[in-house]
Amino acid sequence: MSINATLVIQMVVFFAVIWITMKYIWPVILGAMEEREKKIADGLAAGDRAEKELQTAKAKVETLIIEAKDQAGQIKDQANQVATKVKDQAKNEALAEKERQLAAAEAEIEQQVNRAREQLRQQVAALAIAGTEKLISQEIDAKKHAQLLDELIAEI
Amino acid sequence: MASGENGGSAGDYISHHLVNNTKELVEGSSFWTINADSVFYTILLAAIYLLFFRSVAKKATAGVPSKTQNFVEMILGFVDKQVTDVFTGSSKLVAPMALSIFIWVWLMNFMDLLPIDLLPWLGTLVGIEYMKIVPSTDLNIVFGMSFGVMLLVFYYSFTVKKPVVLGYVKEFLTHPFAAQGWLGKILLAGPNLFLNLVETLAKPVSLSLRLFGNMYAGELIFILIAVLTVNYTFADFFTAGGILVSVMQFILAFVWAVFHILIITLQAYIFMMLSVVYMNMAHETHEDH
Repeated sequence: MSINATLVIQMVVFFAVIWITMKYIWPVILGAMEEREKKIADGLAAGDRAEKELQTAKAKVETLIIEAKDQAGQIKDQANQVATKVKDQAKNEALAEKERQLAAAEAEIEQQVNRAREQLRQQVAALAIAGTEKLISQEIDAKKHAQLLDELIAEI
Repeated sequence: MASGENGGSAGDYISHHLVNNTKELVEGSSFWTINADSVFYTILLAAIYLLFFRSVAKKATAGVPSKTQNFVEMILGFVDKQVTDVFTGSSKLVAPMALSIFIWVWLMNFMDLLPIDLLPWLGTLVGIEYMKIVPSTDLNIVFGMSFGVMLLVFYYSFTVKKPVVLGYVKEFLTHPFAAQGWLGKILLAGPNLFLNLVETLAKPVSLSLRLFGNMYAGELIFILIAVLTVNYTFADFFTAGGILVSVMQFILAFVWAVFHILIITLQAYIFMMLSVVYMNMAHETHEDH
């Protein structure tokens, strides 16, 4: 158990081992570890950000829904108004049409009545003339007595 | 654990296990001799460490790590935390140095936990008569590492402390006792030099001997436990006393091995931490008191 050249060899190997570790092992593995740490930190930060974005999006959605509800209510009201208006208009139109039809019918009826009355009057006049002719047995000159006859017809 | 076929005495068995298998590089020179077993195992373990960690580094991903990568990262993270806690300077070398020392020394110490006669027995099959399989029970190995650390310490002491070279010399002469006047400084230079010399010499010695002592003692206890049945023939194991001794040997070896797991890890950790502390001292610049 004496000191010999083994010491020198061990020293050389010692430096070689340290050099290889320093060059090819330590930076590579530690680099991977640090990169992963960074990735995880980034991931966590992204998670936080997403959470915040979600909150704002939720708030936005809520306001949008409220707005949409308001609009829907307004539209409904407007539609109701329009509907009543249309209904009223139709009703009024129908009523007017009814009046018009009624008036036309009445006018026609009156016309018919008048015509019938005229015909009746002429027939009565003819009957009267025939009757009178028979009664007085005398021919009436239609031309001479036209005025008289017209007056007679107008009286009937 | 028995090597009864050797038929040697307990003393032979013990010394047999504590002697390195040496090869003389220069005929008759005791220094130009290498402990072939230590050199072989230390390089083998360094290669195992480097190849394993390098294979993990090659496949290292910042995504989801494999179990192996996770394991390696755990060790790296542990070492990195220890180093950043202790080492205040900035250096690309200290953390890799700490990792190398920790894993390598741990592997060397771990050889202690292998069945004490397993590898030497395998060695006899290929014609190697005897060997010592725990490199950290070889003074050359532990001193090799502590001198390596000290070389780094000197290098950084001379280059990092301001002004270059003189900064370290100045620290050597004016610490730990500081004086105000030039006369006092000259008077205290001698004691300061003496104290710093002792301290500097003590560093590598304490660093290496602490590891060596622990491992050597642990190995010795394994050997002593193994000696219990060293001269047993095959038939001896089946006598009443033989069974008792065998069971006792098994329990002792088991308990000591379990305890030794703590020791080997602790010693590797201490070696690493002290190296980092010394490196930190080398990077420190003292303000004048």
